[in-house]
Amino acid sequence: MRTIGLAIAALALFVGMAAEAQQTQTPRKGGTIRMTGPYGASMGSLDPHATSRAQDGIVSLAIHRPLYSWDSTNNKVVLELATSVTPSEDGLVYTFKLRDDIFFHNGRKMTADDVIYSFTRIMDSTKGYPSARYVRVIKGAVEVEKGQAKEISGLKKIDDFTLEMTLTDRVNPGYYFFQNNTAIVPKEEVEKGNFAANPVGLGPFVFKEHIPGSRVVLERNPKFYKAGKPYADRMILQIMSEAPARDVAFRNKEIDTSILGPAQYVAYRADPELSKGILEVAEMFTRALTFNTEHKPFQDKRVRQAINHAIDTDLIIKRLVKDKAYRATSWLPSSSPAYDKALKPYAYDPDKAKALLKAAGYPDGFEFELTTSQNESWGLPIVEAILPMLAKVGIKAKPKLVEVTVLTDVALKGEFQAYIGSNLTGPDSLATLRCFYSKTPRSACRVTLFSSPEFDKVFEAAAAEVNPAKQLELIAKANAILYDEAPVWFFNYNKAVLAYQPWIHGLQANATEITHQYVEDVWVDERSPVK
Amino acid sequence: MLTVLVRRLANVIPTLFAIVAVVFLLFSVLPGSFISAMNEDGRGMIDPAVMERMRKEMGLDDPLIERFGKYVGHLAIGDLGNSFRTKEPVTKLIGDRLWPSLKLVLAAMLFAIVIGVPLGFIAALKPGSVTDATSMVVAISGLSLPKFWLGLMLMYLFALQLKLLPSFGYGDGGLTHLTLPAIALGVSPMALLARTTRAAVLDVLNADFVRTARSKGMSEPRVVTWHVMRNALVLVITTIGLQFGSLMGQAVVVEKLFAWPGVGSLLVDSVFQRDVPAVQGCILLIVLFFLAINTLIDLAYVAIDPRIRYA
Repeated sequence: MRTIGLAIAALALFVGMAAEAQQTQTPRKGGTIRMTGPYGASMGSLDPHATSRAQDGIVSLAIHRPLYSWDSTNNKVVLELATSVTPSEDGLVYTFKLRDDIFFHNGRKMTADDVIYSFTRIMDSTKGYPSARYVRVIKGAVEVEKGQAKEISGLKKIDDFTLEMTLTDRVNPGYYFFQNNTAIVPKEEVEKGNFAANPVGLGPFVFKEHIPGSRVVLERNPKFYKAGKPYADRMILQIMSEAPARDVAFRNKEIDTSILGPAQYVAYRADPELSKGILEVAEMFTRALTFNTEHKPFQDKRVRQAINHAIDTDLIIKRLVKDKAYRATSWLPSSSPAYDKALKPYAYDPDKAKALLKAAGYPDGFEFELTTSQNESWGLPIVEAILPMLAKVGIKAKPKLVEVTVLTDVALKGEFQAYIGSNLTGPDSLATLRCFYSKTPRSACRVTLFSSPEFDKVFEAAAAEVNPAKQLELIAKANAILYDEAPVWFFNYNKAVLAYQPWIHGLQANATEITHQYVEDVWVDERSPVK
Repeated sequence: MLTVLVRRLANVIPTLFAIVAVVFLLFSVLPGSFISAMNEDGRGMIDPAVMERMRKEMGLDDPLIERFGKYVGHLAIGDLGNSFRTKEPVTKLIGDRLWPSLKLVLAAMLFAIVIGVPLGFIAALKPGSVTDATSMVVAISGLSLPKFWLGLMLMYLFALQLKLLPSFGYGDGGLTHLTLPAIALGVSPMALLARTTRAAVLDVLNADFVRTARSKGMSEPRVVTWHVMRNALVLVITTIGLQFGSLMGQAVVVEKLFAWPGVGSLLVDSVFQRDVPAVQGCILLIVLFFLAINTLIDLAYVAIDPRIRYA
């Protein structure tokens, strides 16, 4: 009898738990999503083409939509505004079948003309849109940019919902056109003027209000093309650049999500309640100390390898970065499909470092200037930690502090011997590796001036490969060569951390930028304090 | 009065010109530009050819003197240029932020006057008493607390612990959202006002004419309101003016912390983005505000104390 009672109780408990689980899994309609804009005290622009700032991308992704989107579950680009795409045999011509059920917020249906208009607008050289770098891959786009043509010859409308796109290179257009600053916009709304103040798009939310420096308010788009979505009625982006203030607001339940820095990450992980709402992802940023191979000692790969062995990277990640990073093994981040899990990071081995230096002709070490910014995760605090480690093997590094906005300028002009920084290394792995290809100019991104015939050969083969699986293999091989050549000190891949309230669901671990959420999939349950 | 006003305005123009020149020069010699700021995290990596063209279009490669001449020329007709970042006129950007900033500064100053002046007065009337010591401890603490830390503590206490006020944001611009940033901004001038008022009142209380008034049998309340208060007021008003004028600049930290959409937070963001026209516009506004308040204070002197005349 007692056994039967226990069984019934266990069954009731199981049913109850299952019901609860079901309840939390069924998205609730209504409510307000309150996200935060942590990357500055204001928005740059609500015109999607005019900006490349991550902060603007948060709102842009809610109001607008580009041709492709990012699938965070599988870490790949997927079609967004089209139902199918057919590449030609040579991999240069793509035929898109556009969805015929997509409406702009003004009620007009999107057609192929809108895609052509948007890409042509981006190439308007008088505006200097940052997204031109993506559209330039379409044949004839550069001619429009230079004012030599009015139309992009590589874009051809077959019918209202069929578009042919001819590329200049054999690349996956998804990597170029999932970027939200290539979003499709309606010509008639743009031509009304002041589009940034009254943005009209295809996204799940409609623009309602922007108080500069404070918030952006959006409302549900009832005609969004994904049935039943978005779930929430409203989305508010609170602009909050100060991390301590965000912390108080989050704990006070005034915001639903908050980006965490290293110090907060430790505190949130230690808190029994807050630790339940932490979303982590290895973002596509590789933090590294980049060597200028024009500086004589760095021309020898043994010296570069020695530095990789001389620094106790794990210790720095643990103590200084508070484990808010993943150890880097090579250039491509762990979120890249070409990432090789078998690759082991350089071991901390000062004796081996000394031996390598001796073999390279530097038994007593050498001296170099190390340019750095103040950044807490990949700047001066890290440099201060590595100085004694390098000194231990006889290398004297002299830090040179520059402001973070100047760092890229310094790198692209080659005005450094070595510098430490954060590098965008995805999602297009091939494009990322191009920065080590000897035919890439320094001003484009080959800041190391690294050159390896072996790497070039593999890279060229990867670029020419049509078969995606074979191409991936070649990319992984090129990445392995970089590991051996060590043109940088491989430090870490950024671990982006988003804290979220218990009532918010459907957040995606977006490796391209964790704050960039496809908000149509996000929903809030009845526990949210905002009704 | 009119002469004073004309003289003050005549001083404002060269001051403004000097400020404009200094700010312009500073941003010309600072390394980095709006375009390099766009490249900061590699996300906006711009094609070198486009970078070059953008620099040309923005006039960043023109000779310094030519750029300055153009800027001053436009400034003379009230054109602050367009923001590099948003492409909107700077006057519009500042216009959007002006009222929230003024609201914050006025509320902070009101808080400082309402608390600081009576506190200093009470302390001075009973020097050496517990009231005096307490008010001075409050004043010195208020002066030494960093605004950022104080703001955080206010958030923690009134929002997180007591649940009385929102911790951040503009809301509808009403009192509930204004209170905490206004206190955070107002504590420092409040403390200074309390100390200045105390010193001024003590000074006047020991003056001969006060002793004479008392010896003539005038009641203490009348001595205080009629003789002491009026005479101490000149120094107090000077302090109010100086503090009020500089509050717009001091608001930068508070606005950023509380996500208050004022000129201060626009200035910070524009500096980080190297949006030079917006930075210049914000600084110009802050300087203008300071000069305007000081001109008003000069006029107030004349009204309060007829002995004051400007040669």
